[in-house]
Amino acid sequence: MKSVKTSKVFANIALMIFCLLYLFPIYLILTNSFKSRSEMYENMVALPSKLSLKYYESALGKMNFAISIKNSLILTLVSIAILVILCSMTAWMFVRSKNKLSGALFGILVATMLIPFQTIMMPLMQEMNWIGNHVGVKMTDTIPGLVFMYIGFGAGMGVFLYHGFISSIPVSLEEAAIIDGCNTWRVFWKIVFPMLKPTTMTVIILDVIWIWNDYLLPSLTLKAKANRTIPISTAKFFGQYTISWNEAMAALVVTIIPVAIFYLACQKYIIKGVAAGAVKG
Amino acid sequence: MKIRKGWYALFTFPLMFIFFVVVIIPFAIGIGFSFVEWDGLAKHAMSFVGFDNYLRVFTDARFLQSAGRTTVYTLISVVFVNVVGLIFALIVTTKLKTANIARTMLFVPYLIGGLILGYIWKSVFSEFFLSIDWGNWLTDKTKAMIAMIVVTTWQMAGYVMIVYITGIMAIPDDVLEAANVDGASFLRTLFSVKFPLLMPSFTICLFLTLSNCFKVYDVNIALTGAGPNYQSEMFSLNIYNEIFDLSNFGYGQAKAIIFFLIIAVITMIQVSITKKREVAM
Repeated sequence: MKSVKTSKVFANIALMIFCLLYLFPIYLILTNSFKSRSEMYENMVALPSKLSLKYYESALGKMNFAISIKNSLILTLVSIAILVILCSMTAWMFVRSKNKLSGALFGILVATMLIPFQTIMMPLMQEMNWIGNHVGVKMTDTIPGLVFMYIGFGAGMGVFLYHGFISSIPVSLEEAAIIDGCNTWRVFWKIVFPMLKPTTMTVIILDVIWIWNDYLLPSLTLKAKANRTIPISTAKFFGQYTISWNEAMAALVVTIIPVAIFYLACQKYIIKGVAAGAVKG
Repeated sequence: MKIRKGWYALFTFPLMFIFFVVVIIPFAIGIGFSFVEWDGLAKHAMSFVGFDNYLRVFTDARFLQSAGRTTVYTLISVVFVNVVGLIFALIVTTKLKTANIARTMLFVPYLIGGLILGYIWKSVFSEFFLSIDWGNWLTDKTKAMIAMIVVTTWQMAGYVMIVYITGIMAIPDDVLEAANVDGASFLRTLFSVKFPLLMPSFTICLFLTLSNCFKVYDVNIALTGAGPNYQSEMFSLNIYNEIFDLSNFGYGQAKAIIFFLIIAVITMIQVSITKKREVAM
């Protein structure tokens, strides 16, 4: 009996050591971001002798961190708010009025989910430039233009996830509300939308991970320094010819902090949402 | 439920309009672009070249190497990601006290986007490896590819772990008890009971990783940036460079269409296999 206990203790300790080693790259950037250059090259694995924030100050300045995080937050939050509203409304209509049009549009939405972004990036940029020149609405190099594109790209998955969930809820509650004199708009927002909360959480989680980290699309449209998101300013920072690694590591630590906060705050939802998204997608 | 046409339009039109502008129209234009030769400058005319762009692919050594490299990288990565992810899932579903913390820690890399993650590992493979006299892995073409596979595994193992955990949790306890009563060993239970019941999870994870690895871009650009001398340039990055770096808009777009067809075939096979499984169960 005693040996079972010790072997369990041993297994727990071994697992924790393994997990810490697994996250070694994060430890590496964290510890070296506080060290001086000579201290870093002496021994990269050692803990810093004193916590110097020198490299953080210069990295934050060079990355324009305050502006980048503001852009990333606005872009992510606005895109997701609109995606949740529009996708749930559209999916509900498709489920509740089953006709040829609904079927065809839903089919197209789902089928186009398999188009990789690289296949449409160039014509998309041409089209967005054309809209800017001929319609007079500036789509490139603006955050609202980017929001517009994220709504288009997120539509397929959003409608697909909501469609599956709405198909499983009975229509009787909605019919009762209509008999009571509720109009369609109120039926959706007062009765249907609150019931969709589990799917809404999944959509939010999956879209946060996607939009917050996305690099290729914003790298194509955002040119002005004032419009850069976090991935863009990080890439610009690393694109310089000479990088000081201490500064670079400080920059990386700073970009991970928002992700860490997000993870700690909604860990339960994130793991559930990712699992649901993978299984359904 | 009867819904008036006005409501139907109000609920579905905004999303469908944005979706058509952002996805459908560029996709259609993109097919057209793949048949012309154009350098991307509005003042220069496009000339129709038929299927020449598609045929040119077969004589483009840099592209063929890139496509072959991407295939090899994808196959190896898929194996590593799934083996590691499955082992993680089996460990964190045991009754160990630290299992939950381990799950939380192992999932961390997936939340950090591919670009930031590529830069974090760049510091490991270049600066850290130099400091322990292993040499810079990113300047050697074979080691750079190994580095790509390591980072991909690190990023995605935690992700497929979540899907495998869902599958393992769904295995009924009485099945495992019955195996235990019959005196099945640990490995016997694993191979004869757990793995067959995990088949649906295998299908999901294999194809998720297959298409994700094939589309790799962020890790590629951050970790190796196609170097040394384009020896680690993957399919996606090759398309990007052909269009935006070499200004071959038509030819690059033809590659993008081929890219789409490959992804479509992979996904189609996945869907048909998943459907067959569902019928069998």
